Amino acid sequence: MAIGRRDVPAPATPDAGGGLLARPAWTKGLGSWLTTVDHKRLGILYILTSFTFMGLASIEAFIIRLQLAAPGMELVSPDVYNQLFTMHGVTMIFLAIMPLGTGFANYFVPLMIGARDLAFPRLNAFGYWVYAFGGLFVYSSFFLGGAPDVGWFAYAPLTSLSNNPGNGTDFYMIGLLIGGIGSLVTAMNLIVTIFSMRAPGMTMMRMPVFVWMILVTSFLIVFAFPPLTIALTQIVFDRTFGTLFYVPEAGGLPILWQHLFWIFGHPEVYIVILPAFGVISEVIPTFSRKPIFGYPVMILSGIFIGFMGFAVWSHHMFTTGLGPVANTAFALTSFVIGVPTGVKIFNWLGTMWGGSVRFTTSMLYAMAFLFMFVIGGITGIMLAMPPFTAQATDSYFVVAHFHYVMGGGALFAFFAGVYYWFPKLTGKLLPERFGQWTFAAMFIGFNMIFMPQHFAGLMGMPRRTQTYEAGIGLEIWNLVSTAGTFVMGTALFMLLFSVIYAFRNGTPAGNDPWDARTLEWAATSPPQHHNFDEQPIVTDRDAFWAQKYPEASHGDDGSQWEGMDFDAHGIHMPGQSWYPFLLATSIFIAGYGLLFENWPLSILMLVVLVGATYGWAFEGVGGHHVHPDDGAEAAGD
Amino acid sequence: MAADAPTQAAGTVPAHGWRSSSLPDMKLMMWIFLASDIMFFGTLIGTYLIYKGRSLTGPYPQDVLDIPLTTVSTFVLLMSSFLMVIALDALKRNDVAKFRLWTFGVAFFGAIFLGFQVYEFNHFVDLGLTLQGNLFGTTFYVLTGTHGVHVAIGVLWLLSIVVASYVRPWTSKDATNLEVAGLYWHFVDVVWIVIFTLVYLVDFIPGAGG
Ligand code: HEM
Ligand SMILES: [Cu+2]
Repeated sequence: MAIGRRDVPAPATPDAGGGLLARPAWTKGLGSWLTTVDHKRLGILYILTSFTFMGLASIEAFIIRLQLAAPGMELVSPDVYNQLFTMHGVTMIFLAIMPLGTGFANYFVPLMIGARDLAFPRLNAFGYWVYAFGGLFVYSSFFLGGAPDVGWFAYAPLTSLSNNPGNGTDFYMIGLLIGGIGSLVTAMNLIVTIFSMRAPGMTMMRMPVFVWMILVTSFLIVFAFPPLTIALTQIVFDRTFGTLFYVPEAGGLPILWQHLFWIFGHPEVYIVILPAFGVISEVIPTFSRKPIFGYPVMILSGIFIGFMGFAVWSHHMFTTGLGPVANTAFALTSFVIGVPTGVKIFNWLGTMWGGSVRFTTSMLYAMAFLFMFVIGGITGIMLAMPPFTAQATDSYFVVAHFHYVMGGGALFAFFAGVYYWFPKLTGKLLPERFGQWTFAAMFIGFNMIFMPQHFAGLMGMPRRTQTYEAGIGLEIWNLVSTAGTFVMGTALFMLLFSVIYAFRNGTPAGNDPWDARTLEWAATSPPQHHNFDEQPIVTDRDAFWAQKYPEASHGDDGSQWEGMDFDAHGIHMPGQSWYPFLLATSIFIAGYGLLFENWPLSILMLVVLVGATYGWAFEGVGGHHVHPDDGAEAAGD
Repeated sequence: MAADAPTQAAGTVPAHGWRSSSLPDMKLMMWIFLASDIMFFGTLIGTYLIYKGRSLTGPYPQDVLDIPLTTVSTFVLLMSSFLMVIALDALKRNDVAKFRLWTFGVAFFGAIFLGFQVYEFNHFVDLGLTLQGNLFGTTFYVLTGTHGVHVAIGVLWLLSIVVASYVRPWTSKDATNLEVAGLYWHFVDVVWIVIFTLVYLVDFIPGAGG
């Protein structure tokens, strides 16, 4: 069973496609990127865009930390400080970490399940563009009258027009609405892809753990984003059309916002962390040379976490006076959710146990993830106790907790993913030795920043306040914390430098530099346009490993697939299209129309939107066929 | 792409590649979308119910809601779902003329429902119920308005299908396309039953709510 490993320039024969705008066929240059529907290109766009936003959020964090380096600093005013921490939080959560997971999913889910692309390639492109435009929309607020300054949770009635007359809140609300469309459609697309495009023989219980975690995440998005969308719309309506949803004087209930927000907001934490779990579950087995320990338990605990994610939202609201019964109930459900998470930790440790562990940079990040995620988990259990939260809420203890989870957890997992998958993305290896120095700086920097915040928090340092008093013991913790940002900042630059360096001069990686286990490593590095020359056939969990080491296989012999012609017509690849970009642009501009209450512009964009939808619908299937066998001789096994 | 992927019999592969699900992608997509849409409507209905009875000024539901009128429009919408079933059946039997007729019928009934809603909204505004006037107005118009937008999109969609079937003659092979639109339409119908019950009827059943 050869898995496509032949390097053949693919002769493309475009199908005749109808429609107003002819299907573009560029393969290079700007046009090809604007009209691409290739999941690999979109994955790269996602990853680059999210890292760009992460850079912006890091600059914001850096300024915040400088302001807090010593008591009584006057680097930024309280107003600007509010904008900085709001934008930092919004950016990290919605524009950096979450889309980074989507980027990896986009690139690797089809490769890992042996598919050519996602189920709906144009929808995938559309999802990327609305995400990018949503982020751009939020950031344009800096130039159009001031950034949002209400925190990433934007509690009502802080956001009412009378409390917050500027445009900042509208930028936040409308920008997230635009970007949210992208998250929703991409999640739906991934679900369909995972259900219907798995390679022959890849049953659900043979899917890589990463794919499973993306599946659970996608379901979380499908169910958690609607409440947020409605809540955001309610605020936009209150501010634009004068509705009364969150107007207390008319009977409106600001607490409703908190419920709707956290019904979304807690699952959102898992939307961020489950893909990270998935990455770790690929990295640790590969570098331990062992299959993941307790695969079914790993999957079930992931599903359980996803499920429970919807049952704990009120642990963010212990101090809002829900009453002891509700508080107890939500404290208990929050403890319960710690169980499957702990199970996962032990499964990862069990995978390393007795394996021949290779301490690559990627593996170091994965192990740091385990360490810091456990710290974040422990403080999480502490915060799930209402009496403790009553003391610690709105203090730096909380800041330390969620940064250990989100930064030390999700972010470090994704760095592990970057080192792990960079060779597949580019065909080049990231420098290992330099990578280990980078890792050391990153790890030390991160812990220098956030470990002291636990202590500052317990001593009563409030969050979201731009300064603190001298002489109550907070100076030293804050100074260390700020010093840490220099270390971690240096590390980020080192990472950036190694990526650029490796991209230009890196050692060629080959198809399978880590002796890895899953199907993406069976493709070329970088994978060809059509991923695999032949439809891969799966006989095992860890499909690629079983092919390389048949003696390790526990699966079937694949005989039921014999003699089937999977690509009878040649490989059918989807064609490029203008419509996703056009549709996203119209939504983006319509956002400004709504924000500035410019109704002619809004209506014009609505017309463009409807037109583009029809163009899209009648553009036809399109695409082209690829025939890797033309003039190629078979290589490999 | 591959919206029409046929069911995979063991040992055969459709022309455009292997699929691991026998459910066509478009249909699966629609089910997932509807699952998500349940959350959208759930949130809107939840908001309505939580704010019920919290308006500080009138008009209140009992002052404006006209049960007999809305019962008629609800009936029209229900009938349209019935037509949808017949239309799909006709297409599956390759009876293109009937398929067009009944599909147009569904859209037409949907349009009548929308007409009722426009009339109702106008009438309510005359009675003093506005989007900005009280919480009842705010939640009522946003909830039923969102439903109306769903109906309007459905009407456009079905009319587009009728037109498309003239541009390129449809056959039973295209049934999945109509089926997907049908799923959407039935869903919108079911949601209306829930809204009609919770918003309109509950107040008028003795002893239930108030
Ligand atoms: C590694 C460098 C980072 C530094 C130095 C940093 C620093 C900070 C600081 C100082 C605050 C303000 C706390 C306050 O005044 O209340 C903050 C808030 C926040 N950060 Fe970070 N952060 C970093 C990374 C991250 C990451 C990776 C994430 C998420 C995935 C994140 C998410 C947040 C959120 C959600 C808030 C709360 C914003 C709000 O209260 O509205 N941060 N961060
Ligand atoms: Cu939570």
